[in-house]
Amino acid sequence: MPVTLKCHKGIGPAVTGTALVATDNFSARYDLDRVKGVFSRKAHRLYGQSYVGKILVLETAKGGVASAWMLREMAARGMAPLAILFDHANTILAQGAAFADLAMVDRFEKGRPSELIRTGDELRVEPAKGRVTVLNRDA
Amino acid sequence: MLHGDAGPARQWAMRHQIAVGDFFDAPDFVPVSQAHIMADTESLGPSGVEWLERLVRQLGKDKGVVVPTITDPRGLDIATYKRLRQTEAMAAIEARASRAFEGLGVLMTNTCINYQTVLPAVRGEHLAMGDTGVAIYVNSVMGARSNFEGGPSALAAALTGRTPRYGYHLAGKRKGTRHFDVTDTPRDLADWGALGGVIGRASNSYWEVPVITGFDRTPNSDELKHLGTAMASFGSTALFHIPGLTPEANTLAEAFLGAAIPPATGIGRRDLERFYKAYAAKGAKVDVVVFGAPQLSLIELQHLAVLLDGRQVHRDTTLLVTTSPENKFAADRLGLTTRIEKAGGIVASGICFYQSYAREMAQANGWQRLLTNSAKLVNIIGGYGYRPSLATTERCVESAVAGKMR
Repeated sequence: MPVTLKCHKGIGPAVTGTALVATDNFSARYDLDRVKGVFSRKAHRLYGQSYVGKILVLETAKGGVASAWMLREMAARGMAPLAILFDHANTILAQGAAFADLAMVDRFEKGRPSELIRTGDELRVEPAKGRVTVLNRDA
Repeated sequence: MLHGDAGPARQWAMRHQIAVGDFFDAPDFVPVSQAHIMADTESLGPSGVEWLERLVRQLGKDKGVVVPTITDPRGLDIATYKRLRQTEAMAAIEARASRAFEGLGVLMTNTCINYQTVLPAVRGEHLAMGDTGVAIYVNSVMGARSNFEGGPSALAAALTGRTPRYGYHLAGKRKGTRHFDVTDTPRDLADWGALGGVIGRASNSYWEVPVITGFDRTPNSDELKHLGTAMASFGSTALFHIPGLTPEANTLAEAFLGAAIPPATGIGRRDLERFYKAYAAKGAKVDVVVFGAPQLSLIELQHLAVLLDGRQVHRDTTLLVTTSPENKFAADRLGLTTRIEKAGGIVASGICFYQSYAREMAQANGWQRLLTNSAKLVNIIGGYGYRPSLATTERCVESAVAGKMR
C-alpha cells in the first residue's frame, strides 16, 4: 500500500509526477528565472534547479502579488511546475493556481509536507479529494 | 452570474472566486467598495494581455467593473522609458494592456500609494486591494478589511462587486498572534523598512499578525508605509497592530482580542544592524540608486530635492525616483522634478522599478550593484540578477554623488 497523505481540499486537476522538495518558501517574482525555468535567487535552497514539470513541495508563499498572474503565463509557455504543495499557501498563490488551473494543496494532517515527502518521490496529487499519494513508498 | 446569464466574463469571475473561496473555507461573499489591480505587463506577459483583451471583447457593450477600480504601478512610463533603455516592444504591450483596462472602466491610477493619494480607506470598509503594501497599510493603519488580492482576483472582485469572505475580512482572523517589542525607534525610512523586514522574517506567514510595542514617538504615514511594505514583502504579512496607534488596538490586550498575550520578542539596534549587514558592500561601485517600492510621497520627493540641491549624480551612476502620476504632476508644479533632474536624477511616473522589466533594464544598462533606501526592494531585486544594498536616504544620495558606496 502506498503512503497516503490527507490535506485540505485544493485547487486544480489531479496530476502525477516527481517531487522537488525544500524547507524554503516560494514567490514566482522573487525566486524564479521564469524564462529559463530555474530558481534564480541565490539564497533559495533550490537555487539553480529546474522546476518545470515538477511537483514543488515548499513551506509557504511569500510577498508578491504578481505570482497570481505569473503561474498562468508560465503554464502558457510550458514552463510551469506541475503542482505546488505547501504547508500553508497564501491567498496570492491560491488565486494564481485557480487562474492557471494548476494543482495546489496545503494544510496536511500529519505535518509539514516538506518533512513527509522527499525529492524524487513519485506523487499522485488529487486536490478535489484533499489527498496526496506517495507512490514509491509503502505504508 | 455563475450560470452565465451575465455573460462569460462575469461567469469566469464568479467561478474564479468560488474556487478561491472554497480553498479558504469562505462561508459566503462580502460586498467590496473598491478594487485595486496589480497587472504590470511583465507579470501579465503576452498571454495575460491577450486574455484581458478577450475579456473586454466578451463584455462588449456591457459595462465593465461595477465598483471603483484603480491600478497598481505599470511596467513602463512613456516619458522615461527611453532613458531607462526599455524597448519599443515593452511600450507597445504596455499600451495594449492599458487600453484593455480602460475598456473595462478601470481608472489607470498606476500607484501603490493610493491610500495616500487617491481615496484613503475607512475603518471596517471591505476592499479588494491588489498590492501587498497597500493591503497591509489599509488593514493595519486604517482598519479596513482586505486580503492580498492578486490581479485576476482583484479584477474578478471588480466585475462582481464582491469577494469571498475569508482571511482578513473576518474579525477573528485579525487577532494578534505575535508580540514584538522594539527597543530603538527607527529614524530613517530605511530603518523603518529594516524593522519591517526583521518582523516579517520572524513572522514568516500570511496568517501571522504581529503586534508591535515600544516606539517612543508616533511614526508618520511614510514611516508606516516603509514598515508595512517591508513586512509584507519579507513575511507575506497582511496585518499588524501597534497598540495606541492603529485603530483596532487601543491597548495591548485589545490587539490580542482579550486572549493571553504571548511573550515579546525584543528587537534592538543590533537586529537592524545585522539586517543591513547582509546587504553591505562598502566602497563598491554603485550602478543604480533607486528611490521607490513604495512610490514616493510629495514629502519624500521634497526631502530628496533638498539633499540633491547643488549636487551632481556621478556620471557612471543612475539615480531613479519613482512616484505616482498624481504626485509627479504636483512635483512638476512645485519645481521638485526640476531640482532632482538638474542634479542628474530621473523622476519616473506610474512605475515602481521592480515591476518594470528590472532584469532587462539591468542587461541593457549594465547595472549590477543597486542601492536603495527600500528594504522591500533589496528583498525582491536579488532574484532579478542585481546585487542589492540598503542604506539610509542620505547615504544613498551621498553614494549616488560619489558613484560608490559610502
